[in-house]
Amino acid sequence: MEKKLPTIEIIEKYCKGCHICVEFCPTKVLEMKGFVVSVKNLEACIKCMQCELRCPDFAIKVTP
Amino acid sequence: MAYDYEKFIRPGKLPHIWCPGCGHGIVMKGLIRAIDACGLKKENTAIVSGIGCASRLPGYMDCCTLHTAHGRAAAFATGVKMSRPEMDVILVGGDGDGTAIGGNHFIHACRRNINMTYIILNNKIYGMTGGQFSPATPTGDKASTTPYGNPDPAFDIAKLAIGAGATFVARGTAFHANQIDKLIAEAIQHKGFSVVEILDDCPTTYGRRNKFKSVIEMMNHLKDIAVPVKAAEKMSPEQLKGKVLTGVLYKEDKPEYCEQYAKVIERAQAAK
Repeated sequence: MEKKLPTIEIIEKYCKGCHICVEFCPTKVLEMKGFVVSVKNLEACIKCMQCELRCPDFAIKVTP
Repeated sequence: MAYDYEKFIRPGKLPHIWCPGCGHGIVMKGLIRAIDACGLKKENTAIVSGIGCASRLPGYMDCCTLHTAHGRAAAFATGVKMSRPEMDVILVGGDGDGTAIGGNHFIHACRRNINMTYIILNNKIYGMTGGQFSPATPTGDKASTTPYGNPDPAFDIAKLAIGAGATFVARGTAFHANQIDKLIAEAIQHKGFSVVEILDDCPTTYGRRNKFKSVIEMMNHLKDIAVPVKAAEKMSPEQLKGKVLTGVLYKEDKPEYCEQYAKVIERAQAAK
């Protein structure tokens, strides 16, 4: 059975590029693209929600 | 579905004004989750603050909010709670607003044990006004007004609250994001004055003066210094040097002020 991938929505208008989500993602799913964050490797996501919890700017929404 | 924070945020208010990497947003998310978990109603919840970076928080919240004079959040909130005891009152403020300018109001709100929750976002500095040292700035640290190091010892805000008579005192950090909502929820449910101190980071005015190269370093520092209360019981005083305890630090049941005051009114009316 194919693994169901989560949806990571990034609201670029809100992102201030603080790097917190990128650094504390345990499986390195996110990366910085210029000043804002973007999803690099969605398949590695383990749905731990730490990026959403730690984003101070309400810019990440993870739907597991 | 992803957690919908925006149901508790005033439409069109985001993005907020806090600097990149400032932990206040993380605490605000925790507060929203806690309010939601406790089932508080927007129209029955008052969020009161003074002046400062942390005190901007109620401006974004879609509840009954009050942005008051510097340090006077506790005084205004006491008024709200006394006139409308059925309301859930939550205070939000920084370390300077709460323990320097509002220090007097803070200790007396603790002493009265009035049923409110005070969330202190301790970023160890006055961020909004340009990085002056606050009563929570550790000894030796640099601020714009102490460029050669701060000679003053810092307040331990949690101990101050316990000493002043608060009946629920907890501490968390902005790094431990999934603990924040649990601590705040427990504080809201506690009957009496509850204080939740959240250790926060201020990369703009504190971090860059105190050799933190990035927000990540500040977050890792919070991770390193935090020790849960239960883990600390098994540690020696040497191991605990430079660490701060996190979790619920103190809890007791004492008569609540609004109820005591209602009894005074009853007695006075009976004496007529």
